[in-house]
Amino acid sequence: MNCEDCGKRPATLHLTKIVNGEKTEYHICEHCAQEKGHVFADFHNFSINNILSGLLNFDPLVKNSMSGLHNQTTAQKPMRCETCGLTYAQFSKSGRFGCSDCYRYFGDRLDPLFRRIHGNTQHIGKVPERTGGQLKIRRELEQLKTLLQQYVMTEEFEKAAEIRDRIRALEKKMEQA
Amino acid sequence: MSVQQFIQNPWSNWMKGQGPDADIVISTRIRIARNLRHQPFPLLATDSQAEEVVNQVAKVVRTESLGKEGPFELIMMDRLQPLEKRVLVEKHLISPNLAEESRKGAVLLSGDESISIMINEEDHIRIQVLLPGFQLTEAWDIGSRIDDIFEKHVNYAFDEKRGYLTSCPTNVGTGIRASVMLHLPALVMTQQINRILQAINQVGLVVRGLYGEGSEALGNLFQLSNQVTLGMSETDILSNLYSVAKQIIEQERVARRYLQENSALALEDRICRSYGILLHARTVESKEAAQRLSDVRLGIDLGIIQNVSPFTINELLVLTQPGFLQQHAGQKLTPEQRDERRARLIRERLRAKIA
Repeated sequence: MNCEDCGKRPATLHLTKIVNGEKTEYHICEHCAQEKGHVFADFHNFSINNILSGLLNFDPLVKNSMSGLHNQTTAQKPMRCETCGLTYAQFSKSGRFGCSDCYRYFGDRLDPLFRRIHGNTQHIGKVPERTGGQLKIRRELEQLKTLLQQYVMTEEFEKAAEIRDRIRALEKKMEQA
Repeated sequence: MSVQQFIQNPWSNWMKGQGPDADIVISTRIRIARNLRHQPFPLLATDSQAEEVVNQVAKVVRTESLGKEGPFELIMMDRLQPLEKRVLVEKHLISPNLAEESRKGAVLLSGDESISIMINEEDHIRIQVLLPGFQLTEAWDIGSRIDDIFEKHVNYAFDEKRGYLTSCPTNVGTGIRASVMLHLPALVMTQQINRILQAINQVGLVVRGLYGEGSEALGNLFQLSNQVTLGMSETDILSNLYSVAKQIIEQERVARRYLQENSALALEDRICRSYGILLHARTVESKEAAQRLSDVRLGIDLGIIQNVSPFTINELLVLTQPGFLQQHAGQKLTPEQRDERRARLIRERLRAKIA
């Protein structure tokens, strides 16, 4: 079968489009399909960010500020990242942050989104050595304290003393920092 | 290795066809997303800000030894022709996003192509490790080590509550996406695949096609990866993926045995027919090529076809993609011309192995 559009090349793409229950079939070649980009527009524009944007736009807070139903909300300045200038409304459209400070400026408002995507809001993985601040030491301290309790419970006092010394050393390190 | 060699040479480390569980797991990939503090994300960066990021990242690679994987070659995207970029995508060395949409995008490639560090993709830095077979821990160890080296020299965007901060909220936290490429012909033939795919979605994993998000699962190849990046540690993410993949691998083996025991003739006929078609066809479309190559690969794994190596199949999978065919021909080709060249290339490669 030849392409319905140019009539010259063989049709390599066979599409079925259903609009309001009406079925239309296309048999076209790759060349014409590319030129008639609109046939595929529906697919190409659909990405993970569209889905995110959909999620975000259902945020009741965004809806309120957009529809202007609540005077209080409209009177407020739009939520905006002061570093890169991205507004929350822009973020909710694109589904992407402008810079790392957006996370701080949009704050806890992001929690529902993260809960929907990840089922979680708190990072528990790897911590960078240098830029992770004192978090790495604090995590290690928490682990050591749990371990200390276990040794005390099982009356392994020598091991417990060793852990206690390590805890002291770490606490000192934190104070100095 | 020069830029041209990365483009001309079809060979990549991940194609070896070796490694643990290589009969079912083609390759393992880890991607780590990182961003620099005090720099707007690539989406909003000006050209000069984006250039500054490239300089900072490239400088680290020049000054620090990245171990036995080096030396790395820096390739700027704006120096490449569209076809050349497409070839790098087909070899899985860069993402379609870096090739098509990034401004001031660049990639650092290791000699054996198992490590690629993308710059100014969606995030400032994306470290990718791609190994043959099922090697999740190994890939993570290499990636994490490179991550540590970068962190010594650049300030990462990191937050105690959110972890590594990324441009897209789907990557925040650990910033890692781990994936395994699985060849599951027997699960497809026995029509069990849909049941398995549904179950996978319920445990925080996701399945995609050969070329990532939005691509089709051609030739019975499925890319299984983690969905969640926040609230789980790297170890949890990896062991979750590992145990699910391991179960699917076992299911595939059971299905292969079942087919061998219950419909040996039909199975052998299908495999040998596909092999015959590839050895003799004068024109073949990409979809058919992927399916026939899948059959031949299964034939190799089951010992039905003995004179073809899995490496040849992996290589053909890449060589028969549109970008590679056109690069090889040195010109743009119509779909029909591509189908003809694809058939010729497969014939030649498969015959070379018999002779």
